[in-house]
Amino acid sequence: MNRVVAVLSRIGRLLPAYAVLYIGFLYLPILLLPLFSFNDSKILGFPLTGFTTKWYGSLAEQTALFDALKNSLIVAVVSAVVATSLGTLISRAITKHRFPLRRISQTLVMAPLVMPEIIIAISLLIVFLGIGIGTTLFTVILAHSLLTIPFCVSIMTSAFGQFDDALEEAAVDLGETSWGALRRVTLPVVSPGIISSLLISFTVSFDEFILAFFLSGNSPTLPVYIWSQVRFPAKLPNVIALGSLLILISILFLLVAERFRRRSERFTQQPE
Amino acid sequence: MTLDKNARLGLLLATPTTLYVLLLIAAPVGMTIAYSFWTQEFVDVTRDFTWANYREVFADPLYRTLIFRSVRIAAMVTLLTVLLAYPVAYHIAFNVKKNKAMWLFLVTIPFWTSYLLRVFSWKLILAQNGVVNSALLWLGVIDTPIDTLLYNSEAVVVTLAHAWAPFAILPIFVSLEKIDRSYLEAAKDLGEGPVRSFLRVTLPLSIPGIIGASMIIFIPTVGDYVTPALVGGSDGAMVANMIQVQFGKANNWPLGAALALSAVVCVTGAACLLVLGLKLIERSLK
Amino acid sequence: MDHKIAVNIANVSKSFGSFRAVRNVNLQLKEGEFFSLLGPSGCGKSTLLRMIAGFEEPSEGTISIGGLPMAGIDANHRPTNMVFQSYAIFPHLNVEENIIFGLARSGLSRSEKRARAEDMLAKVGLEGLGRRSAHELSGGQRQRVALARALVLEPKVLLLDEPMSALDKKLREQMQMELRALQRSVGITFLMVTHDQHEAMTISDRCGVMFEGKLAQVATPHELYQKPNTKQVADFIGGMNFFDGSIKANGGTRLEVELPRFGQLSVDAHGVSDGIGAAVTIGLRPERVHIGSERPEGADVAVPARVIDRAFYGETIHYYLELEGRTDPLIASVTNFERADHFEIGDAVWSGFRGGAAVALPKK
Repeated sequence: MNRVVAVLSRIGRLLPAYAVLYIGFLYLPILLLPLFSFNDSKILGFPLTGFTTKWYGSLAEQTALFDALKNSLIVAVVSAVVATSLGTLISRAITKHRFPLRRISQTLVMAPLVMPEIIIAISLLIVFLGIGIGTTLFTVILAHSLLTIPFCVSIMTSAFGQFDDALEEAAVDLGETSWGALRRVTLPVVSPGIISSLLISFTVSFDEFILAFFLSGNSPTLPVYIWSQVRFPAKLPNVIALGSLLILISILFLLVAERFRRRSERFTQQPE
Repeated sequence: MTLDKNARLGLLLATPTTLYVLLLIAAPVGMTIAYSFWTQEFVDVTRDFTWANYREVFADPLYRTLIFRSVRIAAMVTLLTVLLAYPVAYHIAFNVKKNKAMWLFLVTIPFWTSYLLRVFSWKLILAQNGVVNSALLWLGVIDTPIDTLLYNSEAVVVTLAHAWAPFAILPIFVSLEKIDRSYLEAAKDLGEGPVRSFLRVTLPLSIPGIIGASMIIFIPTVGDYVTPALVGGSDGAMVANMIQVQFGKANNWPLGAALALSAVVCVTGAACLLVLGLKLIERSLK
Repeated sequence: MDHKIAVNIANVSKSFGSFRAVRNVNLQLKEGEFFSLLGPSGCGKSTLLRMIAGFEEPSEGTISIGGLPMAGIDANHRPTNMVFQSYAIFPHLNVEENIIFGLARSGLSRSEKRARAEDMLAKVGLEGLGRRSAHELSGGQRQRVALARALVLEPKVLLLDEPMSALDKKLREQMQMELRALQRSVGITFLMVTHDQHEAMTISDRCGVMFEGKLAQVATPHELYQKPNTKQVADFIGGMNFFDGSIKANGGTRLEVELPRFGQLSVDAHGVSDGIGAAVTIGLRPERVHIGSERPEGADVAVPARVIDRAFYGETIHYYLELEGRTDPLIASVTNFERADHFEIGDAVWSGFRGGAAVALPKK
């Protein structure tokens, strides 16, 4: 026991340094890609040989990439809208209403988060081929909406959970119908949450690989395209340049989503 | 049963989403279960009930090994991720006074970038002519590249422990943050040192967070495909890779379905044991 | 002076499942008065308020406002407006937009609406803050915006749900006086729900005290304090000493009561109509109890006592007195003026009171 105490108390003092190191560990892989993307060598290692932007330049020549990008954008935008709409509806129900099977519904819609993706992928594949709709971008959209619903639900239940019910009653009390209260008060107040949910589900769908791999058929999304490229060593520098761009875009989206999330908090919290 | 207005509206709002998820989970999983009892005959599937696929899964050492290795790797990933993440969650909950949100955001950013690209980056880091080796050679630490960094189950464990970091930090942070600080002050008041009060108060109270983190890491990891495919090699291959083969090249969907479901059953069993174990630890600490 | 009835609540009950939140309440609010519904939390006062606002429908009985029955009329069509406990200031709108929110269907032009908002802002003391956004407001300012937003619609009745509970003590006292002044200047009927008896007594023209869904007493603050109807009311409104006795004679307005060990005295009958020999409880406010080192002269009851505890409240001091033959201590409140006698715990003293200071409490 005394040994344990001694060891733990030493760890306790090193905690801040460890936390910083850990953050470094988290960021190492996503910082390496941009670093190598500007390196003037096909060999991805040290020492770095020189600065170049040619890998970015040659991206423009790959037409398959732009098809894949278009596919990914379609899938991500539609999935984000579908998942956010469905997520917003049920979040409102969960936070503001008592109804039969409420807990079961809540658990069920969060289930895609903990299911191994490969299971979702193959069972959807079986069904889509079984009922004869094949695999297209449409099936990827169905799957991505399913996958992103849990993220939307957790964002929107928190937005509705912090929403003061008296705001809607106040609107009705001041002469609005319940539809008017929804339009003039509820939606504007939770809109930062809705925007943040849209951005997050867009990001998740845009980066998702397994479901798209099984379900996209002949219309690859960007991650599926990247997967097909990483097998060719000659293509690696291009892939890394593309990957760096994607990471940049994801981070930009996230920063915007975080801004809206904070605004949502400011809207819904009472001052002390 | 008669429902009041509030309940009817709630049901109306909840139904579309619930139905959507139910249709896209229950129906496909049901179909997968059915498939696992059928037989593949070249391009067609014979719909006669048979246990043959499950017999094959558990009789063939290849499949058996893959399933057990997947569960073992998932358990190691869970352990490593929680061990590495706990001190960070602790640091954010207790040492960071301002900027907590900033730290949490910083921790989650890498998670939102493409998983495929992050795994790919690990492949670059660990490869024979990759970042670690070339850096060590360049610095003169080693003369010949270490060729055991990549293509084994350890590479898979490290890569996944990195990928799941926020899923471990956030639930543990939440459980630590919820601890009433007056408990800790009371422990201090009773003459407990910081380490003893950690072992007797903080750790037991954070076990629910550890359980949450473990579940959200352990179960999906068993079905991971990308990491073993990119950094696992043949030693680090997992069951998802074989499932993909059955649905792809081998074209034996019933066997693939049986593999997938067997893996799910094993992981569920293992997850129950894991939760039970953690609950026992929680009790013994209290 | 003949007062018109602003709100008429007739035989109103409300049940939630098997829980009866409001039980057969009858109450009339007069036009232009400031009325407070007072009671402990969970007594049904907020439910009653929400039924008047139209957020709940009565299970039984009728509510009329300005002579019109309100059954089936939704909250958005009722001539009432409400100040919510949390104030419910719309966080996405600035102060002015909050105030003109309810004027959307009024047919007024934009500039007319803004003029009304300016008017209201001046009335509640927020001149020039129309452009402030909601999250920049202090607690007191939020309350003023909530008031302005409700009053700009010129309701027949303004409903206030625990409007002071979010404010600290100092600000609360200031806002109470301002609220009172505002009500007088606009002349609208105010109905406030509160659990704070001091607050209700300071601002209201009349108060209604509720316990367990029932309206126990409706009276002016002065009446409520001097002549509480029940032991429960007496206890809730300030402190009260109780004595059990029996009736010796009942003269209609006066009652001769025999208090065992303390003697006989004549008290205000306060509607007690029981005959000779019946048991009766009388109440005596602590400040009506005399305490001194000499036997009090002219007191109807005078008994030796011992100080067992003392509580200092600044302007008053409470002495807890042990009397032979009495289990509860007798509480005496003494004004802390310059030459007041001070006693220590353990001192032997004389206590006493007059019959005129006590009141009989009708049994329920």
